[in-house]
Amino acid sequence: MLELIGHTFMQRALLAGTLVGILCAVVGVYVVLNGLSFMGAGIGHASFGGVALGFLLGVNPLLTAVVFCLGTAWGVGLVTRKTSLREDTAIGIFFACTMALGILFLGLTPGYGVDLFGYLFGSILAVTRQDLWLALLLTPAVLAVVALFYKELLFVSFDPEMARVAGLPVDRLHSLLLVLVALTVVGAIKIVGIVLVSALIVAPAAAARQLTEDFHRMMWLAPAIGAASTVAGLLLSCWLDTASGATIVLVATAFFAVAAALRRGILPTG
Amino acid sequence: MIVELDRVTVAYRTVTVLEEVSLKVFRGSFLAVIGPNGAGKTTLLKVILGLVRPVEGTVRVFGRDPRHLGAERRAIGYVPQTAAVDRHFPLRVADVVMMGRYGRIGLVRRPSAADREAARRAMERTGVTHLANSPLGRLSGGQRQRVLLARALACEPELLILDEPAAGVDVPATESLYELLRDLHKDGLTTLLVSHDVGVVAAFVDGVVCLNRRLVAHGRPEEVLGSEELAQMYGCAAVFFHHGRAPHMVVARDECWS
Ligand SMILES: Nc1ncnc2c1ncn2[C@@H]1O[C@H](COP(=O)(O)OP(=O)(O)O)[C@@H](O)[C@H]1O
Ligand SMILES: [Mg+2]
Repeated sequence: MLELIGHTFMQRALLAGTLVGILCAVVGVYVVLNGLSFMGAGIGHASFGGVALGFLLGVNPLLTAVVFCLGTAWGVGLVTRKTSLREDTAIGIFFACTMALGILFLGLTPGYGVDLFGYLFGSILAVTRQDLWLALLLTPAVLAVVALFYKELLFVSFDPEMARVAGLPVDRLHSLLLVLVALTVVGAIKIVGIVLVSALIVAPAAAARQLTEDFHRMMWLAPAIGAASTVAGLLLSCWLDTASGATIVLVATAFFAVAAALRRGILPTG
Repeated sequence: MIVELDRVTVAYRTVTVLEEVSLKVFRGSFLAVIGPNGAGKTTLLKVILGLVRPVEGTVRVFGRDPRHLGAERRAIGYVPQTAAVDRHFPLRVADVVMMGRYGRIGLVRRPSAADREAARRAMERTGVTHLANSPLGRLSGGQRQRVLLARALACEPELLILDEPAAGVDVPATESLYELLRDLHKDGLTTLLVSHDVGVVAAFVDGVVCLNRRLVAHGRPEEVLGSEELAQMYGCAAVFFHHGRAPHMVVARDECWS
């Protein structure tokens, strides 16, 4: 265990994992409180189409993934506004369509093999220097935006109508939130994988919600749980030789289960 | 004059919800809007708040289009229907009340000492100071309405708009809530209230507007409540009796209000 931590790749994964755990959880607070979990899953899965296109075109898959995630967030909003469909229906359509495109692109790409597995399910070995740099840039950038618009994002999440009455740019703030979700997804893909990224966004925030009735406290608890989940998950996955993304998500889910049990008095509170 | 609607028609897609409604709210007045469910009462308030755009007619709030109100927007306090507020949101009372200041504070900036002072005064006025640290989810219906009223007052409004503030509030709490509204009005706050408690409200408002897609009747409470139009609006037996000085109306609820 200890000797593993000595390896550069492990240090890199742990650092990137901590940052991404914090990032996902902070954005996750808004996702959970705005009822955007399915939107998160939709954007997460849309990245598959983007990653596959990246393989096909021979460009960095994360770049094309950003485009697909933002496109899905925008497209869902557009379809919801222009038709009488509910948002979840629009998400369902984009979800399927982007996945199908991904499969199509992969079919046209010879020999993508091992790499793709890293993107789909996350892998410590797949975390490159570049990925670490991405996490080092993205996490502080997103957190800075959240800090800047802290009270506005809170107001829009709690009572969008009242926020509009108060003169806040509600639609733009909602779009900003979706952009943050899209960037977060891309930042987390290499750690937990496309399939599980939305779980890392939702689970720590949901666990934090179980533990407090105070928004500001939730904003500290969620990233603490998120970081703890990624670090513990990464170490466990090395130790048990299991898939890292799945292990991280299961640890986060365990946090949620314990928090929910604490809230309901099944476990004694301290 | 604070609010002026001139032949305002509102439609959601193809369904007309308000038709040629004209209405004036004078500074210092206390106006109640009554009408059956689905009459368009909430929509009328949203038109005034600039949340819904009329397909025809003009709206003026503080002499301007409410959708481009600019700084005057801060002079409107709004207490939405309870159903519109997520009571499971993790927020403490003091945070909710402070939101009333957000429109004044401006983007990106943090609440100042003056903002905190205004929020404190609003909580004191509505008697929720002792609840400042309570989570929103643990409040009774009456407490929650007072907190939302405190939020509306925190922006130091000139016009207060309330949408069925007594819904889901028990009788004693309703009475003290209305008493508070009456005191606020006495202190000079122009108030526009949507209510189901026709009789109770009639005792202290100075105007009643009956709405059922169109403006059915409009006038002083004693004129409106005894009117033929009101009985017609509900389309069933509406009986008024006088209890003390306040006229009370009794309608068969399940027939008329569902
Ligand atoms: N956003 C909306 N989209 C479509 N129809 C709506 C919307 N809001 C309200 N309505 C309809 O408009 C009518 C008036 O609604 P509302 O103003 O809420 O009435 P009230 O507050 O008097 O009960 C109702 O028939 C309602 O179903
Ligand atoms: Mg209503």
